[in-house]
Amino acid sequence: MFLDGFGPIILDGAWVTLELAVMSLLVSFVIGLGGAGAKLSSNPLLKGIATLYTTLIRGVPDLVLMLLIFYSLQIGMNHLTEWQGMEQINLNPFVSGVFTLGFIYGAYFTETFRGAFLSVPKGQIEAGIAYGMSSWQTFSRIQFPQVMRFALPGISNNWQVMLKATALVSIIGLSDVVKASIDAGKSSYKVFFFTVVAGAIYLILTSVSSLVLMWLERRYSTGVREAEL
Amino acid sequence: MIDIIQQYWKAFLWTDGYHLSGLAVTMWLLVVSIAFGFCASIPLAIARVSRSKWLSRPVWLFSYVFRGTPLYIQLLFFYTGMYSLDIVRDVDILNHFFREGYNCTILAFGLNTCAYTTEIFAGAIKATPYGEIEAGRAYGMNKFTLYRRVIIPSALRRALPAYSNEVILMLHATTVAFTATVPDILKVARDVNAATYDSFDAFGLAALIYLCITFILVALFRKAESKWLAHLRPMKT
Repeated sequence: MFLDGFGPIILDGAWVTLELAVMSLLVSFVIGLGGAGAKLSSNPLLKGIATLYTTLIRGVPDLVLMLLIFYSLQIGMNHLTEWQGMEQINLNPFVSGVFTLGFIYGAYFTETFRGAFLSVPKGQIEAGIAYGMSSWQTFSRIQFPQVMRFALPGISNNWQVMLKATALVSIIGLSDVVKASIDAGKSSYKVFFFTVVAGAIYLILTSVSSLVLMWLERRYSTGVREAEL
Repeated sequence: MIDIIQQYWKAFLWTDGYHLSGLAVTMWLLVVSIAFGFCASIPLAIARVSRSKWLSRPVWLFSYVFRGTPLYIQLLFFYTGMYSLDIVRDVDILNHFFREGYNCTILAFGLNTCAYTTEIFAGAIKATPYGEIEAGRAYGMNKFTLYRRVIIPSALRRALPAYSNEVILMLHATTVAFTATVPDILKVARDVNAATYDSFDAFGLAALIYLCITFILVALFRKAESKWLAHLRPMKT
């Protein structure tokens, strides 16, 4: 039998892990773009909030933040529902995992995008304005495509770190690949084997994503000449 | 918040009355695993850049596996996985070693940070300017002296910014230690949370301590960089 009959559970877990990682990537991507915009804006309040956000989040371990946000969010919800006289709403570990991971890695993405925005030569934006483009047009036609190119190495790095950080979400009760393999190991008395299986699944995920990212990097840097040594 | 601090500040900082706990344990985990990773990664980095495939390939595989899997799984592997094997339980030394959460944690953390540090140092060694190596050879240094006097000192200096990043990531990674029953800061915070149901204050206090350590480490590394990387500082214009 496939993995002693635990194959389907573990594959389901792997799917949950992948979904979690992709959804959190989307959330953190959006937060990162917004955060970079805030950090580069001339509004001191926005700038201050964004700087505080990236400094605090990147200075505290992700697991601590995860537990802090997960438990506090649940307690806050309980207060809210009690106050409204509603029934208790239990937070779904998947949804809170997505938002927590997205919120944490949004800080790393903010820094990545900030650096990428700064790397777009200023003359190009001026040229766009000189052509009579609106600020949205200069953003979407000139800045954004180049920001993606400059940010890609940073994005790949953040993605690999985030993919590995999803393993921690099993600690707040999500049935992902780690939880599935721990359970499978406990009930089959083959803890060693199933830990190796979980590790192998992560290794496959990181290897495949590094191949995809390498391809993307080649694709997005067409037209960029590299110096040959 | 103040109640929690009054009742648990000792547990958060160094002792729960019987054993070391909190900050002391976290710092101990960090220092021991970083020291182990540093010492092991220098020879491994030299092997990683070696021209012989028999030396470089195994090191590549080691760092690929340890960098491609989450630390939490590595800890589970060494803590619960190893101990479930009959061989480990039957051999006395192994049994003693893997029964202790501390040993497994240090082993997993040390190997993990060693893998990342090896890559950082190997990258720095590869980026050594060729002229420096030629100059060493011209002085008649043999390979060992060349590494000891020229390549390693210069590579370690240039690796400092990336290495400081790795140390801070390792500090953040030590938080998984509580899953192996090691009483670090997060374990204390979880106990406080279980005792008081005051999650925000319990974990917030832990977050604050980690934030302070991070800031202190960043400041120390800045100092180290201004000392050892003074020759690479951009010129003031």
